[in-house]
Formats: sequence, structure tokens, C-alpha cells
Amino acid sequence: MLNPSLIEQFKHIAGPANVMDGEADRHCYSYDAAVLTAVVPALVARPETTEALGKVVRLCGDNGLPLTVRGAGTNLSGGTIPDPRDGIVVLTSALNRIIEINEADLYAVVEPGVITAKLATEVATRGLFYPPDPGSQSVSTLGGNVAENAGGLRGLKYGVTKNYVMGVTFFDTTGERIVTGARTVKCVTGLNLSSLMVGSEGTLGVFSEIILKLVPPPAAQKAMMVLFDDTAKASQAVAAIIAAKIVPCTLEFLDNFTIRAVEDYAKAGLPVEARALLLIEVDGHPAQVADEAARVEAICKQIGATGVQVARSAAERDKVWAARRAALSALARLRPTTVLEDATVPRSKIPDMIRAVEQIAAKHKLLIGTFGHAGDGNLHPTILTDRRDEKEYARAEAAVGEIFEVALSLGGTLSGEHGIGLAKSKWLEKETSRGTILYSRRLKKALDPKNILNPGKVLGWE
Amino acid sequence: MGVKPLADLRELHRQLLELDDQLVTCMRCGMCQAVCPIYAETGREALVARGKIALLEHLGHDLLKDVDGVKDRLETCLLCGACAANCPSGVKVLDIFIKARAVLNTFKGLSPIRKLIFRAMLVHPDRFNALVSLGSKVQGLFVKPVSEVLGSSCARISVGALGDRHFPVLAKRSLHAEVARLDTPAGAAGIRVAFFPGCLVDKIFPRVGQAVLKVLKHHGVGVFLPDHQACCGIPALSAGDLNSFNDLLDKNLACFGGGNFDYLVTPCATCTATISKLWPVFADSAATERRAAVTTLAAKALDINVLLTDILKIRPDGVSQNGKRKVTVHDPCHLKRSFGIAAQPRMVARLNPEVELVEMQDADVCCGCGGSFTLLHYDIAGRIGARKRDHIVATGADTVATGCPACMLQITDMLSQAGDQVAVRHPVELYAETLG
Ligand SMILES: Cc1cc2nc3c(=O)[nH]c(=O)nc-3n(C[C@H](O)[C@H](O)[C@H](O)COP(=O)(O)OP(=O)(O)OC[C@H]3O[C@@H](n4cnc5c(N)ncnc54)[C@H](O)[C@@H]3O)c2cc1C
Ligand code: SF4
Ligand code: SF4
Ligand code: SF4
Repeated sequence: MLNPSLIEQFKHIAGPANVMDGEADRHCYSYDAAVLTAVVPALVARPETTEALGKVVRLCGDNGLPLTVRGAGTNLSGGTIPDPRDGIVVLTSALNRIIEINEADLYAVVEPGVITAKLATEVATRGLFYPPDPGSQSVSTLGGNVAENAGGLRGLKYGVTKNYVMGVTFFDTTGERIVTGARTVKCVTGLNLSSLMVGSEGTLGVFSEIILKLVPPPAAQKAMMVLFDDTAKASQAVAAIIAAKIVPCTLEFLDNFTIRAVEDYAKAGLPVEARALLLIEVDGHPAQVADEAARVEAICKQIGATGVQVARSAAERDKVWAARRAALSALARLRPTTVLEDATVPRSKIPDMIRAVEQIAAKHKLLIGTFGHAGDGNLHPTILTDRRDEKEYARAEAAVGEIFEVALSLGGTLSGEHGIGLAKSKWLEKETSRGTILYSRRLKKALDPKNILNPGKVLGWE
Repeated sequence: MGVKPLADLRELHRQLLELDDQLVTCMRCGMCQAVCPIYAETGREALVARGKIALLEHLGHDLLKDVDGVKDRLETCLLCGACAANCPSGVKVLDIFIKARAVLNTFKGLSPIRKLIFRAMLVHPDRFNALVSLGSKVQGLFVKPVSEVLGSSCARISVGALGDRHFPVLAKRSLHAEVARLDTPAGAAGIRVAFFPGCLVDKIFPRVGQAVLKVLKHHGVGVFLPDHQACCGIPALSAGDLNSFNDLLDKNLACFGGGNFDYLVTPCATCTATISKLWPVFADSAATERRAAVTTLAAKALDINVLLTDILKIRPDGVSQNGKRKVTVHDPCHLKRSFGIAAQPRMVARLNPEVELVEMQDADVCCGCGGSFTLLHYDIAGRIGARKRDHIVATGADTVATGCPACMLQITDMLSQAGDQVAVRHPVELYAETLG
């Protein structure tokens, strides 16, 4: 229980209407998109200005209150589940102003609560392009994207959020404002603290302003759907495309289980016997796009694709992508609980990974569909289960562990884009080293001596 | 509230857990935040589908004590279905919300005024009609209870805010006073439809009902219009009063059950959605005969626009266009979200050669009038409505057309409060004008 005078102080800073301490409201900030046990915070504050944000952080710092910043709460790793000891949730949803879009110098300055798609649309109306496009972009916030280093479909060619962060202004636990980075392409002023913030999952500082790089948009794009009767061939095709020095902007993969689920759900006319499906899009200058699309098509055929459908119009392109967009919906409907994993391997290891996931599914008698970003090896094995069935859910948890083991044994990583949060912190040492954990914890301790910034996330508990 | 005995609470938990199979399908992805009009206005998680579902789950599992708090959040909802239409996991959000409202109402009891309205008036269409007819003559005196009835169904007629209103609430003569019953055989079109005008068309926009009848007659469609029709039941459902809902259903089954017609046509999007989607889910399932009758009617329910364009194939191809009137179309939630119907009302409006269509921004975002929502949450509804008004006005259109009388009412109010000279019409009215 928070004492009433503290609650008053939060109200004084954020305004009474922006402080929620009633039971029903607090329960709505006890979860995120990860399948984990909910933890109800003691209080929720929604500052409307960055100044108020700084004061809220300082109040938490002064009183040793554990603080969890929450954007849209769509992360898949428990990053916004508050601390059980009088945890405070700080919302960024009212900090949603696009401060500047600079067309001459190609950058945007935003508050952390701006919705990803809103910036992308705004930028597009000025003829510019913000490429990171996580599947959650219609709701996710840029603060959350930076804190998770979110990726997306365009990662292979355009990179992920970290490739667009030019500067971050953030508060430390004393409410001090730290300004890092610049509006310039080049900047070596001071330590590279912006990069330290990227992927920090709310554990090192609370962002109040972000400077993001913009790029000119591609003039044209061409999409195609390619079918294979063997996952290994799909993977060979991916390797051959890249070996031919073509970098598609998207190169997505659906396994047989997912293809069948999508067909069942969307009746898009996908061949259910295909073992693997690649969705490939190249973009750039029209002439180059035409040339690359033709070469990609030839490569796929040469490797033995059983079908290639090139989109001839915007409507056909949309149809190609509808299959990918439907993947999660189609899978999620099969069973009550959807565990969306994120194991990532070097792209040449995709067939090994797929095979291993199929074996794990069979061994634990689970439904697992795998789709994801074939171009960068970032797969989403999606376990469809029912968390109310204790026995089955225990098998699902065991399967998650085995998927991680395999990914690591193939030279991969625990998480390509969904973050570590609470869900994966116990595996972190396995991928890295004891030294890495200790070093990171010392860093955290120096910057956050009372351990109030999203405690327990990423680095686990000491 | 008084302290409830433990046994009641156990029963509340038990009934909520009956919803568990549906609740658990929500994967907390948060994608509903993108489309919920209430969330857009308030930014509060407790008011978006994900939050409401979490509250019900936590309440059912006894993790949460504040029943009133949950009930309040659950009722701060337009039941517009935008969340369900965009949910990747296919959560049956509206079914959950309506069932949960019923459970919470059984626990808390229906508010006395609603009890009076539903039990004493709405389920007795004749009493209701008599009162409305009195009300229309002496609006000042009787309009309060009448408004409460209609208001709790769809329209935003706030008892406290009647003074703000810029248009007559009730039509001078309701549709059923003009045309009590009809039973005409199929003509040139070769089909016969039952006509379900719905309360709002009957009592507030009878001109829409007249337009429908004119169009049907013109095209040789036989019409079956029984009298003593009752409300479709959405007000009772959204207030969680399943008993009144089933009473109303019985009355309508008595009117239409076993009737000889091909479609059950309505000009009200909300009625169409209620009949075809909610009747089968919420009808008491005891008697198989009744169940069959409900299923049959539900399958026959059809929006008037769809009847015209898809069944009768009356389309604007070849209709000349003189651009005399600029018309913009608002998509009612109960057409667009519930059925994906958007092209048909536009085609019907375009059957009028004077009509030139101009699209507004966010045409398919709710107008802010959702059931009793507008009565209970006047401020949020007003803000959502004002946004709709701005989008309409920005098109420069002189008319806004929409296939739902509830939307017509809300939009009329919003426009007239702002002093805009924009007419509000049902698409069928625009077409009917062209038929001599
Ligand atoms: C359907 C679905 C699809 C998804 N697709 C993708 C995808 O394609 N690629 C991908 O990478 N991810 C994806 N995600 C995961 C998730 O959307 C991303 O991690 C996203 O970046 C989270 O943004 P958010 O605003 O929801 O952040 P939250 O979930 O609210 O927060 C995430 C983390 O950021 C921290 N944080 C938020 N704001 C701040 C701030 N101002 N200062 C400091 N820390 C802060 C929080 O404390 C938390 O640790 C998906 C999720 C869903 C549900
Ligand atoms: S979109 Fe559907 S599954 Fe996702 S949080 Fe909302 S209701 Fe739940
Ligand atoms: S029905 Fe409409 S108002 Fe209610 S939660 Fe869903 S989107 Fe929001
Ligand atoms: S009034 Fe119309 S737009 Fe508003 S909730 Fe009802 S159907 Fe939807």
C-alpha cells in the first residue's frame, strides 16, 4: 500500500485525473502481450508533459518506488509487468506529440508515446520514409520500439529500430535530464549513451524525446509468392538470392502448418501441400526493381520452386501480403493460448531450425506453426496451447526451453526482436556468459543504485 | 452498494467463469487499441477491449473485488464491434460484453428506472406506442420517459440535456400510425419481404420507413408488415436484461414466425445486426421449436441497401450524374464492422442522379452513439461525435447519408448543435426522391 501523501504528490505532479489508484484501473496495467502471470501495480500515472514525466521519475527515485514505463503494452516478454512491491506504472500515452519532421535534414523528433504507424504515415505524406515496421505498428509506441529495439518485415534491407535512432533524451532516477545524440548524421560528442538506451527495456532510463532518422522512400516495389515442396530448397533460394547480391526489402517465410492454417482461415487459395512459402518483395528504382524481380524469379525456379506468382498490380501485391498478414490471426484462432516465440538463427540454419521445431512439436504433442523473417533468420515458432491445461502448458514451457537450446546450438540468439523482459532473463547467461551478466548488473547498479527502473527485467534478480 | 452475501459473490464468479472459454482467447496483443473510439478519446486501458476482458477475467477468478468498478468500465463501451472486427485472435468481444452485462446486472440488479422502462413499457409495445404518441403531442411534458426509452436503445436523448436539442425528438405521427399493416403479394420482382422498421424509424424517422415502402412498391416487391412489432431488443441486451430481451423476442416471433417471406428487411443497421447476430446467441435455448424460428428469422434478416443492390440488382451503372448535391456517407458500425457492408449504401445513394459522392476521413469510425452509452457517457460520446461532425463538414457535402437511424440521430444532433447546414438522410431516402 502506498501512503496517501505519496499518492497526493503524484496527483500534484501529473494532475488528479492522470493518476489512477482505484482497483479496477490498476488491474488493467498488470499484463502485457506475454503469456505471464499478471502483477497489479500500486498506482498508475499518466504525465501529459515531459516535465511532469521527469518529476514522476524523480518522485519514484526519491522514495525508492519501482517504476515501469509503459507504452502500448504490446511487448511479448513481460517488459511492462510491474514490480510486485508497490510498483508504479508510468504511461507515455499522453506524450504523443511529433515535435518536428525535418525534410531538409531527414530526421524527426518525437515524444516517446507517438504511435509507430502515426509517425510513418505523417512522414509519408511529406514524401519521406520511416522503415521499421513491427507487426504491432498500428498500436506500438516509438518509446517501446526503441526500448525493445523492435524489428519488422523490412529488417533485412533497412535494418531495425537501432539503425534509425540518432538521439535519445532521457531521465535518470534522480529526475536529471540526459541529452544524447544530435540532429546530425555524424556526432561523436560524449559517450554513445543513445545506443545504450536502445534495447534497454526501461531498465536504464526513461525516454522523453527521441530523434529518428528518415530516408527517401523507394520509387517502386514488386512482390511475389514462391512455393516449395521442401523447406531446405526455400532456404537455398534465400541464400542464392543474397549470393546474387540482391537484398529484398522483405523475405518472409511460412511453414506448412502455417500455410494450412492461413488457407483454412482466409481461403486465399494457397496450396496446402506446399512445405514452405516465401513472400519476397524487392524495392528501389523501377528499372532495378524489374531486373531484380526477374532474377529472383529465375533463381527460385532454378532451385526447384513448385510455383512462382509475381504480383502484377497493387491489388495482386496486396493479395500476396494478405497471406502473411493473416498468419498470426490464423494460428491464434486454433487454440486459446498463443505463445509467440522469437528464436533467431543464422539464415543458412533455417531448415535445421524448422526441422528441430517440428520434432519438438511432435515430442511434446503440441501444435506449433512457424513463420517469420527468412531473410534475417528471425523465426516466430508459435505454440498454440491452453494455459489452463496445466499438463499441456508445462509441455509448452518445456518446448520453449528446447527451442532456445536449439537456436543457441545453431549459433543463434534467444530473441531477434521481442526482447528478454521477464520471460527470457533466465536463459540470458546461457547465450552470453556469467561475466556478461555481472558486467551488466554492475552497470545497472551504478546508474540505478536503488534498482527502481523496471527491476528484474533483462538481467533477472541477483 | 450494500455488502453482498458471499453466496452471491460465488455465484457471480461462477457465472463469469462460464465465459472463461471465450475470455481466454484474448491474447492481450493490444491490437484493439488501434480501433476503439473510446480508447482514442480517453487513452485508458480499462476502456479498451483488452482491459475490459482482463477485468472480467480477474473478477471471475476472484483476483479483484470492485464489482462496481468493473461494471462501470464494461458499460463505458459503444458496443460498436470495431475491436472484434480487427481482433487477430477472433475474440467474440460483443458476445462476451453482453453476456457479462447480464451477469453483472443479475448480481447488482437493474437500475430502477431501467427496470421500469424495460419491464413496464418496452416489452408492451402498445403501451409504449401510446406513450410515444402522447409524447409527440406534448413533447415538453412526456418526452422525458419516452426519451429514456429510446435513448437507452440507440439515440442520444439525454434526459438532462434535452434543452440542448436542436430538432424535434419525436415525429408528429409514427410510421405505424400512418401504415398500420401491409400484406401485399410479390409483384414484378418475384419476391416478398417482411418489413421491420425498428423503433427509431417508426417513432423518429417514419419518413425513412415511407421511403422504403415506396421503393419496394416501385420495384414490385411484396411486403408483409405486421402490426404490434416490438423493439429488436438491443436496449435490453446492452443493459444486460436478458428477461426483457426474451420477452421482446417472443413478441416478434409472434409477429413474424412462420411468415411467408424471403427476407426480413430493415432500414436500421443496428436492428439488422441485432436480429442476425445477437438473436441466435441470446435467445433462451430451451425450446427447440423457438430456437428454429429464431435461426430462420436471423438468417433472413437483411439490410435494405443490400436488398436493393445485391438481390434486386438495382445499381447505379448508367445512372447519369449532374453533381447537384454533394453527399458524403457515414458507415454505421453495425453495417461496416458487423457485416463488412460499405459499397451498397453508396450505390443506393448514387441511384439518385443529383448525387455526387465525396468520401470523408474515417467514414467507418463510430459516430459516438452506442446504445445507452450516450446517456451514461455524454461527454465522451460528444467528443467522438464532434470529430465525426468535423470530418463531415470538411468534405463540403450538403448531405450526409447513413444506413442507421441511430447514427442519423446522433449526427443530426452534432451538426445542428454546431449550426451546420447539412442534411442527414438514409440512402434509401435519396433514391426514393427520384421515384415519382
Ligand atoms: C501482434 C504483435 C506483433 C508484433 N510484431 C512485432 C514485430 O514484428 N517486431 C518486433 O520487434 N516486435 C513485435 N511485437 C512486439 C512489440 O510490439 C514491440 O516490442 C514494441 O516495440 C513494443 O512497443 P510498446 O509501445 O507496446 O511498448 P511496451 O510494451 O509498452 O514496452 C516495451 C518496453 O519498453 C519500455 N519502454 C516503453 N516506453 C519507454 C520509455 N519512454 N522509456 C523507457 N522505456 C520505455 C517498457 O518499460 C518495456 O520494457 C509484436 C507484438 C504483438 C502483440
Ligand atoms: S485485439 Fe483481440 S486478442 Fe488482442 S487484446 Fe484486443 S481483444 Fe484481445
Ligand atoms: S465495442 Fe467499440 S467501444 Fe466497445 S471496446 Fe470494442 S471498440 Fe471499444
Ligand atoms: S449509432 Fe451507428 S455508428 Fe453509432 S454505434 Fe450505433 S450503429 Fe454504430
